[in-house]
Amino acid sequence: MNLVAILSLLVSSTIVYSTPLIFTALGGVYSENSGITNIGLEGIMTMGAFSAVVFNLTFATSFGKLTPWLGLIVGGVVGLLFSFLHAVATINFHADHVISGTVLNLMAPPLAVFLIKAIYDKGQTENITQSFGYFSFPGLVKLPLIGPILFENTFAPAWVAIFVAVFLWWILYKTRFGLRLRSCGENPQAADTLGVNVYGMRYAGVLISGFLGGIGGAVFAQAISGNFSISTIVGQGFMALAAMIFGKWNPLGAMLASLFFGFAQSISIIGNQLPFFNHIPSVYMQIAPYVITIIILVLFFGKSVAPAADGQNYIKSK
Amino acid sequence: MKNTTNVIEMRHIVKDFNGFKANNDINLTLQKGEILALLGENGAGKSTLMNILSGLLTPSAGEIVVRGKKVTIKNPTIAKKLGIGMVHQHFMLMDSFTVLENIILGHEVTKGIRLDFKKAQQEIKELSQRYNLNVDPLKKVSEITVAQQQRVEILKILYRGADIMIFDEPTAVLTPQEITEFIQILHGLANEGKSIILITHKLEEIKQVADRVSVIRAGKSVGNFKVADVSNNRLAELMVGRHVNMQLDKAPAIIGKTILKVANLNVKNKQNIPALKGLSFNLRAGEILGIAGIDGNGQDELVQALTGLTHIDSGHVLINDQETTNQEVRKITEKGVSCIPADRQKFGLILPFSIADNLAIQSYYKKPYSHHHVLNHDLIKQHAQKLVSQFDIRTTGVESPVSDLSGGNQQKVIIARELSRDSNLIIAFQPTRGLDVGAIEYIHHQLLAQRAKGKAILLISYELDEIMQLSDRIIVLHDGNISGEVKPDDTSDKELGLLMTGVKKEGTTFA
Amino acid sequence: MLKVTSKTKQNLVLIISILAGFLVGAVIMLVWSYNPLQAYSSMFMSALGNMNGLGETIREATPLIFTAIGFAIASNAGFFNIGLPGQAQAGWLTSIWLVLANPNMPKFVLLPLAIVAGIIAGAIVAGIAGWLRAQFGTNEVITTIMFNYIVLYSSQYLMQQIMPSRLRIDTDTTKTISANGSLKINWLSSMFGDSRINAGIFLAIIAVFLYWYLMKKTTIGFEIRSVGTNPFASRYAGMSTKKNIILSMLLSGGFAGLGGVVQGLGTYQNYFTQTTSLDIGWDGLSVALLGGGTAVGILLAALLFSILKIGGLGMQTIAGIPYEIVSIVIAAIIFFVAIQYVIGLLFKDKGSTPDIEKVSHITEGEQ
Repeated sequence: MNLVAILSLLVSSTIVYSTPLIFTALGGVYSENSGITNIGLEGIMTMGAFSAVVFNLTFATSFGKLTPWLGLIVGGVVGLLFSFLHAVATINFHADHVISGTVLNLMAPPLAVFLIKAIYDKGQTENITQSFGYFSFPGLVKLPLIGPILFENTFAPAWVAIFVAVFLWWILYKTRFGLRLRSCGENPQAADTLGVNVYGMRYAGVLISGFLGGIGGAVFAQAISGNFSISTIVGQGFMALAAMIFGKWNPLGAMLASLFFGFAQSISIIGNQLPFFNHIPSVYMQIAPYVITIIILVLFFGKSVAPAADGQNYIKSK
Repeated sequence: MKNTTNVIEMRHIVKDFNGFKANNDINLTLQKGEILALLGENGAGKSTLMNILSGLLTPSAGEIVVRGKKVTIKNPTIAKKLGIGMVHQHFMLMDSFTVLENIILGHEVTKGIRLDFKKAQQEIKELSQRYNLNVDPLKKVSEITVAQQQRVEILKILYRGADIMIFDEPTAVLTPQEITEFIQILHGLANEGKSIILITHKLEEIKQVADRVSVIRAGKSVGNFKVADVSNNRLAELMVGRHVNMQLDKAPAIIGKTILKVANLNVKNKQNIPALKGLSFNLRAGEILGIAGIDGNGQDELVQALTGLTHIDSGHVLINDQETTNQEVRKITEKGVSCIPADRQKFGLILPFSIADNLAIQSYYKKPYSHHHVLNHDLIKQHAQKLVSQFDIRTTGVESPVSDLSGGNQQKVIIARELSRDSNLIIAFQPTRGLDVGAIEYIHHQLLAQRAKGKAILLISYELDEIMQLSDRIIVLHDGNISGEVKPDDTSDKELGLLMTGVKKEGTTFA
Repeated sequence: MLKVTSKTKQNLVLIISILAGFLVGAVIMLVWSYNPLQAYSSMFMSALGNMNGLGETIREATPLIFTAIGFAIASNAGFFNIGLPGQAQAGWLTSIWLVLANPNMPKFVLLPLAIVAGIIAGAIVAGIAGWLRAQFGTNEVITTIMFNYIVLYSSQYLMQQIMPSRLRIDTDTTKTISANGSLKINWLSSMFGDSRINAGIFLAIIAVFLYWYLMKKTTIGFEIRSVGTNPFASRYAGMSTKKNIILSMLLSGGFAGLGGVVQGLGTYQNYFTQTTSLDIGWDGLSVALLGGGTAVGILLAALLFSILKIGGLGMQTIAGIPYEIVSIVIAAIIFFVAIQYVIGLLFKDKGSTPDIEKVSHITEGEQ
């Protein structure tokens, strides 16, 4: 393989593996900036992945090429509905955020597999027939060197994810909604005295994280695993959570961290096709993303600061 | 008196928290352009009443009339619309936000869906100039001083167009000079037609600033007076409900040998910035050394360095002539050090644990309270019972959680634990914070009793009155070092205030 | 509103949570046209209705008791040890390997050695997370999760690439261990209808007692609880937060590892490659949460969950309902436990007086 081919393989697989992480990590950013810790992203992704696959299998013939894109929306909506549990538990019912998030993670896999069994009478689905396909940027693709590496036959949802990250950054830091959302994660009592609807903002944060996490799961299922089974989502949600921390609870930071984790994951998958990496025993490549996550947390956790009231219940006195 | 219009009338206000009446039939009126002091002890129900007025709590009974109209203030937004704004005792600020973001939050100007930072900044600049409230709008709140943070709070309510302003214990965190400035700001606001309620328990302040005073005790109104017509002693009696002796009987000090020697101490704070810069002082047996100063000038780091909770970069701490620099907390404690921490609920107690366990957390690992790591619960309880009666801790039993106790009794648990250990050095950091007059008296007497027993006491407090009353010597801490040493008998609030802001005794400014 | 004492209230809230969890399962079954009554009756019949079922239920509860104690110890110290699956897996593989490699060692040496080795393996995995937390403040929730995957993939590699082939049947399954390293007790198995019940249950009962004694009666437990409840005050009182963080994670991982050991030396008598994190880890977490972290609570909750899990297998065969419903019910129970504040509103504390001080703390803003 020549260098351009290696690089474009690396870039395209990094991008594919990053996309689910970007969406999900952005969800985490919104939830935690509103003050609700969301360790249930893994479970939300599972529900998103499950529903997108079922949708794709059911409607591939009716919607054709549009199916996987609609699958994202379906995954997002199901993720949003599922995250509602977490929102009610933590915002209205004083639940511990970590326990409530863990419930989502405990609930999603058996629920999804139960439904798969109830619908298809077997433990995992067929492979989907409509996938995202490839997309080349008109114009940009003609650029020398970076054109073929970055813009030729790329994975379109990745560019959507990057655009969404920038957009959500703008919303969070430049709009009234963003300011109010962040105030609830920073000092909900103060926000309340200023007339900010703390419960409403926190609902918004959690439900947005449900929607984005669901999309993340839907991307993963439709672009990477191709079907749904109990082992479709294994650790993606937690890695997105780590990306959010590494990215200092900032949408752009979370996106960059996700790209990095996506790179680490893709190395472990395509390593055997790459020179140098193909001599490393596969176990090292397999555990690399998890080890790197820990190392990054060790190096950066002390320096990154969570929203001050992240994970704390706000109980309004009447 | 003509032309007095009541902007606020609160009639027969009751606030019931599950059977506990925090407010029980309170009446209060506020006239346009006046400064009304609301006087009461900690826990009397002042803040509850004002939280009702600002929409944070809803009253169980009673009615509120604002500018002649009966209103229901269900939430802060309604209060805001009525022109009512409150500066809380614990500032309601977002530390990681800019001043500008803090001011506009909840009252944003937008251009489309974008925030219009420019326009807001302009408006804030105008307000700052008009009321003389200087503060940099683009700085983060965590980067500005407490006095500046207070200005942000005032700007916040002015920005919302408030003309009825409530201040909850606003001077508690300020230096004497800052208090003078603040009082000028208050008069300026009143002259502009703002009506002001000032919650306080400081009698001097009322004399200086207020037109009228309304006293409440245990949730009930006990009187409304024109400030000019009432004496301080009368107000104190009304507030506490009995005759108070505001003077402490203090025997002359019998000074012994040096117990604590601090030499050239250098310590960094959590942000890794030098917080103590070559601090040196001695403390001898039988004396109370008061450390005065504004919060954040190295007090926290001093206590942490003495007790082994933080790393000392250079310099020495000697206790009873023994080196304790950078030793483990427990080793230092065992050399005869007791410490009453400033934040009793965070550092002094384990709230869900029982009173007995809290009384044992300095001794559980020693014989006879445990043997080969096995606890002797019976003995721990007996010991607790002894202390409970000795220190008059009001409780239903030593096995009930310490969180069930009142603030004063919680503090007594700490006092009992620390003073019963018979240590030579007692560090008392803000020992009476947030307590009522009775509890304060009790703790002051306990400290004086220890002094009489020949203990060395280091009293670190932000309450100048406390420092002046108890200390034999006072050193003033400013920017991590001593800006002056004085005797309480030949100094004044004014001199201490200057020292606290870093003006050295000779009148020269340093740092 | 029912007036009850706070102890009764706590128990009632738990019972309601459990019933509500079953109700959620019933609703899901109804929606998909399964008969919940048939499902639950077949569940309880197969778990408790015969000696074999009973033996299997006790056997299933055994590792859950250990992993739940593991979770509870960390939780006492203020940590959410979500890495129980990895720690248990490390204990399982290690103990099996050690027994297989030393088939001729006498039982009184081999068995204790294998158990201790498994405990150490689990303790190391959790201890690393504890050390990182103590030294760098790294969030243990994330690190312990990551270790689940690290252990999962490393174990696959160790099985397939490192383990001598004489110890294996194929790359995914080891040989069966010799009787010298087994927790199996023949008379016990035959008493319970040839089920896989084993000596592990006796170890589990001892562990429950030890856990209670450690936490309530010793200075070690006192320190762990102090540090977990208020690390600042504990440090002020001269306790070492770092030491207690690491110690509690070592203990936590040790018990989780022991859960893996009884699964290996007791239930399966071998090790086989796992593709997802171990169930006993997740279930142990649920057991500890339902049991409220108390010794007796853990014992009862472990039995309940093993009834569900063993009964669930019977339900799948007899009533043809997917086994996953069991895990859904468990997750739902934990959900209701998490929101027990709301369920608690159904009852009123008897003789409770309003807490004046707490109220005035709120109202005076002094918190």
